[in-house]
Amino acid sequence: MTGISFARKLKDRLVFGLVCLAFIVAVAPLVSVLWMLVKNGMKRFDMNFFTHSMRNVGPLDNNGGAYHALLGTVEQVGIAAVIAIPIGLLTAVYLIEYGGNRRLGRVISFFVDVMTGVPSIVAGLFVLAFWVLGLGMGFSGFAGAMALSILMMPVVVRSAEEMLKLVPDELREASLALGVPKWRTIISVVLPTAFTGIITGIVLAIARVMGETAPLLLTVFGLDSINPNAFNGPQESLPLYIFQQAGMPNQPAIDRAWTAALALILIIMVLNLVARLLGWWRAPAKSR
Amino acid sequence: MAKRIEVSGLAAYYGKTRAIEDISMTIEPRQVTAFIGPSGCGKSTLLRTLNRMHELTPGARVEGKVLLDDDDLYGTDVDPVVVRRNIGMVFQRPNPFPTMSIFDNVAAGLKLNGVRRKAQLAEIVEKSLRGANLWNEVKDRLSRPGAGLSGGQQQRLCIARAIAVEPQVLLMDEPCSALDPISTLAIEDLIASLKGRYTIVIVTHNMQQAARVSDTTGFFNLAAQGQPGRLVEMDDTNKIFTNPAEKSTEDYITGRFG
Repeated sequence: MTGISFARKLKDRLVFGLVCLAFIVAVAPLVSVLWMLVKNGMKRFDMNFFTHSMRNVGPLDNNGGAYHALLGTVEQVGIAAVIAIPIGLLTAVYLIEYGGNRRLGRVISFFVDVMTGVPSIVAGLFVLAFWVLGLGMGFSGFAGAMALSILMMPVVVRSAEEMLKLVPDELREASLALGVPKWRTIISVVLPTAFTGIITGIVLAIARVMGETAPLLLTVFGLDSINPNAFNGPQESLPLYIFQQAGMPNQPAIDRAWTAALALILIIMVLNLVARLLGWWRAPAKSR
Repeated sequence: MAKRIEVSGLAAYYGKTRAIEDISMTIEPRQVTAFIGPSGCGKSTLLRTLNRMHELTPGARVEGKVLLDDDDLYGTDVDPVVVRRNIGMVFQRPNPFPTMSIFDNVAAGLKLNGVRRKAQLAEIVEKSLRGANLWNEVKDRLSRPGAGLSGGQQQRLCIARAIAVEPQVLLMDEPCSALDPISTLAIEDLIASLKGRYTIVIVTHNMQQAARVSDTTGFFNLAAQGQPGRLVEMDDTNKIFTNPAEKSTEDYITGRFG
């Protein structure tokens, strides 16, 4: 036997090089975005920014902050999560454990697919037409949360479904064979086994809607001052804030937009970290 | 504790396909009954009809009667969950719950059915692990994950889990087919020691194993390819392996099959 032929070595090197190149091409924009955000966002990354709103801030003033936007985003996304996660999870459980092949299951599955493809502005328009104008409830953080929950739900359903599919049938059978009712099997065996993946999916869904701007424009409207009540009157949110500040012609506003963008990314990163920690903490049974 | 199973005129279907037909047999308590036969002849299907696991497969259904002592398992008002509580099952591949510790795995059947008292749980867990000949190997690491044990230990853990709920019957679907010879020996010893308290039914592809562990053996075969599986004969294990009544049984156990 001779060694590896020259042609094979060459091919190996070539493909290895291509794979490395693809990696660099994929990572370069990500790194440059992060770099830009940190570089430009640090200028206003101070206490004033995170404790003040834009109330009484003139166009050329160097102060002013995004406290009202931060508060709004947390409230809106929080309410959206409270609406979308239980419904999405239960839908996924129904599709995988009960209805998968029944007519109702297929219909639900179809509509989840349709919902996945709904452009975010359409979700905003729907809430605008139905809730804000139709029922005359006016702009509010809650209206925005409803639009966001419409966008979140299919993501939660699909990701939870994938994770539940990964739970081996042997575990379900093992539990059922012990005389455990099906509902208990799902709660105590299936869901804990899929826990890590489901949490990751939920965090991705939250991260996806946290950056939504268009539907909030139509439902939350935007505001310069602090409105802690998500159920009454317009609010601000981070993406709206970025959108408004970045559109201004003066440097202080653009600086504020960068810092807000950095804050948004940081929140999403912290959420991801929390998900990882939760997953690590629950992963397999550890020594206690 | 241990109860007699009587099967009469049983047929099981997957959708429109009839997997087994015309099965009638009596499974005696405090004995080991082995099912042998070629792949696809319906041994496992029959086993799964005995604790109503068969119907969990979409489209699967059962005709005929299965009596546990005098209770019809397929009676209209019988809850399959209660049936499975009384008839435990051990599967081909060891399947401990990956999110649970060794202790919680054994206690799972009790906990999930509402037993909460710590002292009682600890007592039953120890008893079950001793019953499964696993106590000495795991007593110092009960809080470690069950999935961290070796394959043979995992299978004994699954047996401990099954006997912790004190079933009357223990069904074993090729419990040693994924194990090495030493673990297999451990499981076979275990089966022999459990025999006094339970009715045990074991499906196996290993004829030596059937000969070693069982008191009664049933031989299953297909009349022809694509036909449903049938019980060819069932008798004392000794008789089946030395002097079977049917020609096809003799062909199978002497390896002149097919």
